[in-house]
Amino acid sequence: MDFTTPPYLLKEASVQRVMLQVLAALLPGIGAYVWVFGPIILVQIAIATAAVLASEAFMLKLRNKPLGLFLGDGSAIVTGWLIALAFPPLAPWWLIVVGAFFAIVIAKHLYGGLGQNPFNPAMIAFAVCIVSFPALMSQWPPVDLKAGFADQLALVFGFAPRIDVMSGATPLDALKTALKLGEGNTTVATVMANAQTFGYFAGKGWEWIMVGYLLGGLWLWQRKIISWHGPAGFIAGIALIATVLWLWQPADFATPLFHLFSGGTMLGAFFIVTDPVSGCTTPKGKLIFGFAAGLLAYLIRVFGGYPDGVAFAVLLLNICVPLIDMYTQPPVFGHKGSK
Amino acid sequence: MNAIIQQLFKFKGGVKPQTNKTISAHEPIAQAPLPARLIVPLHQSIGGTPNPLVVAGDHVLKGQLIGGPDGWLSSAVHAPTSGTVLAVEDHISAHPSGLMTLSVIIQPDGRDEWLPRTPLNYRELAPERVREILRDAGVVGLGGAVFPSHAKLSASKTVPMEELVINGAECEPFITCDDLLMRERAEDVVRGVGIFRDLLAPKRVLIGIEDNKPEAVAAMQQAVKSLGEPFEVIAVPTRYPAGGAKQLIRVLTGKEVPAAKRSTELGVQCFNVATAYTAYRAIAHGEPVISRIVTLTGNVEHPCNWEVLIGTPLGEFIQLGQPKSDTNGYLMGGPMMGFEMPSLDAPLVKATNCIIAGSPTLFPPKAPEMPCIRCGACADACPHELQPFEMYWFARAKNFGKTQEYKIFDCIECGCCSFVCPSHIPLVQYFRFAKSEIWAREADKKASEAAKARFEFRNLRDEREKAEKAERLAKASAAKAAEKKAAAATAEASIEPATGSDGADTSGAIAAPVDADAAKKAAIAAAIERARVQRAAAEPKNTDGLTIAQRKEIAEIEARRAPLQEQTDPNAERAKPGTALKEVKG
Ligand code: SF4
Ligand code: SF4
Repeated sequence: MDFTTPPYLLKEASVQRVMLQVLAALLPGIGAYVWVFGPIILVQIAIATAAVLASEAFMLKLRNKPLGLFLGDGSAIVTGWLIALAFPPLAPWWLIVVGAFFAIVIAKHLYGGLGQNPFNPAMIAFAVCIVSFPALMSQWPPVDLKAGFADQLALVFGFAPRIDVMSGATPLDALKTALKLGEGNTTVATVMANAQTFGYFAGKGWEWIMVGYLLGGLWLWQRKIISWHGPAGFIAGIALIATVLWLWQPADFATPLFHLFSGGTMLGAFFIVTDPVSGCTTPKGKLIFGFAAGLLAYLIRVFGGYPDGVAFAVLLLNICVPLIDMYTQPPVFGHKGSK
Repeated sequence: MNAIIQQLFKFKGGVKPQTNKTISAHEPIAQAPLPARLIVPLHQSIGGTPNPLVVAGDHVLKGQLIGGPDGWLSSAVHAPTSGTVLAVEDHISAHPSGLMTLSVIIQPDGRDEWLPRTPLNYRELAPERVREILRDAGVVGLGGAVFPSHAKLSASKTVPMEELVINGAECEPFITCDDLLMRERAEDVVRGVGIFRDLLAPKRVLIGIEDNKPEAVAAMQQAVKSLGEPFEVIAVPTRYPAGGAKQLIRVLTGKEVPAAKRSTELGVQCFNVATAYTAYRAIAHGEPVISRIVTLTGNVEHPCNWEVLIGTPLGEFIQLGQPKSDTNGYLMGGPMMGFEMPSLDAPLVKATNCIIAGSPTLFPPKAPEMPCIRCGACADACPHELQPFEMYWFARAKNFGKTQEYKIFDCIECGCCSFVCPSHIPLVQYFRFAKSEIWAREADKKASEAAKARFEFRNLRDEREKAEKAERLAKASAAKAAEKKAAAATAEASIEPATGSDGADTSGAIAAPVDADAAKKAAIAAAIERARVQRAAAEPKNTDGLTIAQRKEIAEIEARRAPLQEQTDPNAERAKPGTALKEVKG
């Protein structure tokens, strides 16, 4: 009997189970994604999965770790899927591979592997690629572009020229550019009247992908895989600054609803900010982390040069984690009030 | 029962493992037969080890004192049946590492003949006397802590006693001994609670029972009613570890007792139901604690609760339940906080509430340990609101100061954190390791500080003595020289009057420096020796690769040795210039 140490009863929990549930929670969002941008995203997810597993196996081998145990834990696959979902759907295959390699080799294993990485690996991949290949990382196909699956495949694997018509911008980017070009003569309302890019309350099509992530995230919360603090903080951070600016100048700033259902907001709130390894651990810390990341993401997305700010916001907050954790230690049983 | 609606409080964290209680709770308590041999360890409670009062060959009666309490914080031990003392010797005990403890081994004569018992009415006795009787009857906490009960029955002088909490929660999976006790002997339990109440005079008495034991709750309510006591019997939500004293106090009173405080400082005291029962038997029937109810469950054909004599060897006891063939070990206590019995020869003791036969299906081998992913599940589960993963991290890094900052000594080792950890990290094991390391270091530090003080004192004395001696010598030689000088002066006054005084001066001047030199040398040697001793005390001992138990043993041996060394260590007595020089060269 394995009686070395109590407790002898253990809950049926494992890292693998946690990761599998996170993957399952991504499915509604992925479903909406397929509906909006076509099945090409599934190909990208497959490429990313293969790339992260290969990188992981390579590093495990180098570091002399048991392959089966760690490859099976599912953490690398979660990173892979997040990379595929954060990158543009028609990004060339090698871009995804480069991202996956950076995420696993540099951001994860060079820092000590599972549980040791101070930065979110998927966000490192995104940041590295958008800095190195800004054009490729900003080209999002318009949602009503009805390119066939074969055409999309040809684009991803580089058999077809990347023509401009296939590479538009995200609704966030479109709004920003239009407002800039209008030089004060356009309002958010007139820009968003364009039914080709904008939908009911946010980007056309995008809004439903966001709803999918939101549903998956709520399920994770209900399963107690994530706590509400991180997502709530993040959503509150974006909502707060968006509401203030929108109330102040509705002509220049989009509605809070638009911001909540655009770009990487929901994916970030429920799948990025909640990464336990690189995030805060105390409840208060998670709230602060989420809130600050939300504020920053909004500022970068609206005033910065990049199409969205979630990745940079999260990475910046990753640096602050030890400090936040240190100052938000909850009081211990019996020590309340004494401190 | 009063009609007051009891407001319940919550404690944070906790887990809900499968309770597995019904398997052993459907049959009444059975009387275990007399075993062939009884092994009664003398040390069965917190506090001083009782002194053996019998020797091999003695005949003892059932209930006869065989181990007298050693001081106030100690508790008596009695012969569980009549028979012959075979030996008083070290025997393997119910301890995870198979510790040997001094035990009285008795061969029952089969007559089970009682020593005359004197039932008492405690209301006619002085409270002091009641406490004494409880100590001499061996009444200790039967919930597992085995703290001598009499020592918990004096109210704080400064804080008024507000609540007396009686613990019938029994939150660990598998265990049902308190459940059955309350179902079958509720009135005696309530009477025992009455004794505690009269000694402590609390404002309220709260009896907490987990709500998965409706029969026990009903029986206790009935007993309270029929005895006309104002006790409140309260069903508390089932959640491990609701039966931890601090958790139950929190749930029933809203008070949180920190690690460093006694609950009486907050006006609360807590006893287990079985303790109350034995207290009542001890006083009203004159029966000392010689048996207890033990749940025998797990991988056995016949799970059930038994009234068993203390000292029954595990091997004999388990036969009562007919263990299945794939049984591969026995746990004492519950699966959350219990431990594996080291041997079938180990006896059941007062702390034994449950024996669980294990099998690979019941307790499957643990999955391999993975790195911590900081998911925080352990912190959410911790009833003491600690950050187990932080403590784990620092314990692993042997940064024990940090573990203390994260309040490792508030950890009650309940196992909730290990239970939920998706990475299967044996967190409790790390915490035990860290705690014992901290204890060992504290002990080391204290010992070396004491040694240092001793050496410094001695060296100071030596130096002073040498200096005094040198001074004396100098004075004496100076005096001698003066005498000589005087004599010479008188003798040679007429011959060489010019040089005589000069010679006398020099002889005195030379004698003094020689002796001062010796004193200086001695002082230097002493200083070098002091430095050596200090270095030796500060140097890490060769104990890093050893287990905790081994280290503890070493610490104990060293503690025993210290006074001896003090007497015999020659280096400590005299600082030898020769060795000191060698030291300098080395
Ligand atoms: S439950 Fe285990 S993996 Fe999660 S934070 Fe605690 S120790 Fe780490
Ligand atoms: S064993 Fe200690 S740290 Fe773990 S849950 Fe229990 S009290 Fe908390």
